[in-house]
Formats: sequence, C-alpha cells, structure tokens
Amino acid sequence: MTTETVIEAVGVRKNYKGGTEGAGLNGFDLEVTAGTVTGLLGPNGAGKTTAVRILSTLLEMDSGTATIAGYDVGRQGAEVRRRIGLVGQYAAVDEILTGRQNLVMFGRLNHLKNHQSRADELLERFSLTEAAGQAVSKYSGGMRRRLDLAASLIVAPRVLFVDEPTTGLDPAGRIEVWSAVRQLVDGGTTVLLTTQYLEEADQLANRISMLRAGKVVAEGTPDELKTQLGSDRLEILLADPADVPRVVELAGPLADGEIQVVDVRVSVPVKDRTKALVVMVNSLHEARIEPEDITLRRPTLDEVFLHLTGAAA
Amino acid sequence: MNGLGWALADSWTIARRTLTHWRMQPGLVLFQWFFPVLMLLMFGGLLGGAMEFPEGSSYYELLVPGIFALAMLFGLEGTMTAVTTDVSKGVTDRFRSLPMSSTAVVLGRCIADMLDSVVTLLVLVATGLALGWRWHEGLPSALAAFGLLLLLRFALLWIGIFIGLTVKNAQSVTMVQVLVWPIGFLSSTFVATSTMPTWLGTIAQWNPLSATATASRQLFGNPDPSSTTTWIGTHAELAAVIAPLLLTAIFLPLSAHRFRTLSR
Repeated sequence: MTTETVIEAVGVRKNYKGGTEGAGLNGFDLEVTAGTVTGLLGPNGAGKTTAVRILSTLLEMDSGTATIAGYDVGRQGAEVRRRIGLVGQYAAVDEILTGRQNLVMFGRLNHLKNHQSRADELLERFSLTEAAGQAVSKYSGGMRRRLDLAASLIVAPRVLFVDEPTTGLDPAGRIEVWSAVRQLVDGGTTVLLTTQYLEEADQLANRISMLRAGKVVAEGTPDELKTQLGSDRLEILLADPADVPRVVELAGPLADGEIQVVDVRVSVPVKDRTKALVVMVNSLHEARIEPEDITLRRPTLDEVFLHLTGAAA
Repeated sequence: MNGLGWALADSWTIARRTLTHWRMQPGLVLFQWFFPVLMLLMFGGLLGGAMEFPEGSSYYELLVPGIFALAMLFGLEGTMTAVTTDVSKGVTDRFRSLPMSSTAVVLGRCIADMLDSVVTLLVLVATGLALGWRWHEGLPSALAAFGLLLLLRFALLWIGIFIGLTVKNAQSVTMVQVLVWPIGFLSSTFVATSTMPTWLGTIAQWNPLSATATASRQLFGNPDPSSTTTWIGTHAELAAVIAPLLLTAIFLPLSAHRFRTLSR
C-alpha cells in the first residue's frame, strides 16, 4: 500500500481580528494519505471551515505551513488550485442557469476543451441527466449538492474538499449525497470531509480528526477513536426503579470507571466484556432481580466526541 | 493560449453567464430595461405640463438626457445585487478556487454590465426619439455624449462591485438602493438646478450625475438653463470626464483589494 501524503498541515494558525467572522485555528496539524477519506469532525466554531478555506487557498494563514500534493498553499496557489475541487457549505452553483449550463460554464473556466461532453458525462454520473435542462432553482436540496459535487469534479481533482455536504438537507438528500461521495472515493479521489455529524464521519471516513477550538484533539480510524474512550459498556435496563441502588452496588466490582444511571438504565464501563456479562447476569439472578434488558456495547462516536471535545463538560 | 488570452476568454465566459441569465429570465431583464422608460414617461407627464418652454421645445428636451444619466446610476443596483448574491451563495468562492485568472471574475461582470447599459440606453433613445427628443449637434457629438454616459456607468460599476463585496447581506443592498433615489433626485436630472434654493442647487450641481447630464445636454444641443452661472456649470464637460475617472481611480483599486482579501 502506498502512503503518499497529499494534504499536510503543520502548526497552522489563523486569528480573526473581530472574532465574530469565523473560528480561528490554533496550531492545526493534519496529514492525509492519498486515496482516503478523512473526516474533519467538530462542533460549530471549531474551525473546520477555516481549515478547508486555508487549504483551498481561499484564505491566508497567519503562520504555519500547508501543502497539497507537495505544493505550498501560500506560495503556489495556482498549482494548488489546479489539483483541488471544493464543495462548500452552500451549493455554489448558479441558480438561474440549468444544471448543464452550470457544468459547461465551469468546464470552460477550467480551460477544458471537451467541456460539452464532460458536462454530459458528469450529469449522467450524478443521475442528473433528466434534470439537465431545468433551472437549478427548481432542483431539490439533494440535487443541488449533487450538481455542486459534479461541478467540483470537472477536472478530476487529486484532492476534493467537501465542507459540510449535508448541512440543511433532509434524510433523503443526505443519503443521496453520501452515495455520491462514496462514488468519488471508489474513483480514487482523496477527500477531506468536514462535518458535525458523527454518523456522517462514521459512514464515510477512513480516518477522523476531531477538532476542538482550532486544534486537532484526536485522530485515528473510527474504531481506534472508539477504543480511545476505553471500555465497552454493559447496560442494564431495569423494570423497577427501586432495584437501581442494588444493581449499582452489584456492578461496583466490575466497573472500570464511573457507573452512569439514567432513570432505570444502569451503564457500567467494563474491561473484560464477556466475563463481566456472565458475572453480572449471575449476580442479578442471585439477587432475584429480573432486568428488562441487558446488553454489551461499544461506545458510540457521539460519546467519544463528547468526551474528547469536552462539549459535555 | 497565453495568460492574457485565457484571462479574456474567462472574462467572456463570465459575461456570457449574465447574457444567459437574460435569456432564462426575460421578464426580469425586460423590466430592468424598461424601468427607466417608465421614469421618463412618468416624470415627463407629471412635471412637463407645469413647466414653460420656448415654442417648438418640450420638457423632454431637458428630461431625456437627465433620464439617460439616471439610468446609469440605477445600473449600480444591478451590479451590487449580482455581486452580493454571488458572494453569499458561494459562487464567488468557487470561481476563486478555480485555476482561472481572478481578474476575469471582475472583468466579466464589467463587460456584462456595460452591455446591459448599452441596451438600456438604446431602449431609452428609441423612446426619447418617439417622444420628440432630438440631438441637434450631429452624430459625432451625440456619440461623445453617449460615451460620457457610459463612462459614468463604468465608474459606478466599481462602486457597485465594491459595495457588493463589502455588504454582507441582501438587506444592506436594499438600504443602498433606497439611498440611490435621493442621489438621483438631487441633481439636474429633472429640473434646472437654478430653480432650487442656492445651497441645494450648489450641492446638486456638484453631483457627478449632474455633470454628466448637463454635459450630455450640451453635446446633444438640448437646453440646460442651469449651466451658465457657476464654475461647475460652465465646466460640465470637463467635470463629466474627471469625476468618473476620479471615482474609478478610487473604487477600482478598492474593489480589487476587496476581492483579493475576501473573508480574510
């Protein structure tokens, strides 16, 4: 497996003077390998969009270095722009023009000779052939994003930045966009995806960088991140609230961390999954407590996220 | 193709986008072109009867060149709205992330808006001629007048781009649109400035819009009784050249700087 680095950022800093326009970056590091999807995950204001704007040459950084396919973002902007595609938070297409007119225009601006045939090809690929002659203002949210994706793929970029692609879309639109992004990855494009939806990062990304206050606070595959939070959780759902204190007491010796209680649900972090389950079931049986349900599960990315970004604190 | 060739080709692609808008929304663009005609007919009808003119002359002789200048000012709104819309929809960012020359984005806008102004003027000229307005000093002189009008439009274009890149939302654009009206009225567009109170007349005479209106009246050979008494009145043609150039010299670099440093 080749491990060529196509996106590299080291110690990128960016301060907004007013402080209201956007979230700054505070020593942002990132390394993305060719052919992968990296999810940049963080809450609003963590600096996700700022990072994308800097890497795509739209914004200047205060200090630090960043390269795309070996070209310096600050000094070799034109070279970088030749190798990237950008899908912003809004579908950046002309609403008055038709889908096809948009793609032909962006093809011309990319200095493509075969802009007509390329437009048809992309319309086909993103299932927009039927709507090609309609004004974009008549498109659904999902169709617009798909057109936006198509527009950023006109010259098959090495790196595609996708900034919060499903913000404001209904579930059907989200699924449409997800499948479009998956197609890109199959085509070998390196994707940097920002999102505030954990589910989205979990679904699409090979690696996730979690961003908090302009800095990456955790990085790894979705599984690695889940492991970082530590233990699996044993969850016991009780029928009678009066049993809760007794169950907490019984679970005490098994717990590898703090036991959480929400209503009649007792959640116990455990180390040795199966052994803990067996011991717990036995103890409950001996204590003649019949639980509604007892399950063993890995932490969700939501829990990892809250833990690492400190949003819960 | 070399760098300059591509910059021009890109500019034309951007300009063509606006021409396609016209084709996609013919109602909107026709309204835009005929709005000044509406102003011409409305003010001609409203005020024309109340003014006295020598035999064989009518209010339209004074009003038509005034409306020409006013239409150039109104063009500012179109520029501004188009620029703000592109910025807020992310279209400008997409252009900026392409390997195209960034000059082309602005130059394309410029070409499209100047074409728009030429059509506006043609529609107004046809209406004016139908209402009895004529130029009396020959075609070259009339063409010079149209040149001055388009020069004013060119200067206002950069103000429009600058404001469009600076304001954050459509509401701010509406505020500027409201401000355009008093600027349009406080000039020699509708009446001779000599009929106003002295202080107001002076302000109105120094309005660049008045300079262009008065200068084009002189070149068309249309009456403008306000133009003889003050320095600015007697030097309208000079002012009509210098004021737009001065505005361009201020707002072109400001717009270019704004564009380069968008959201920095």
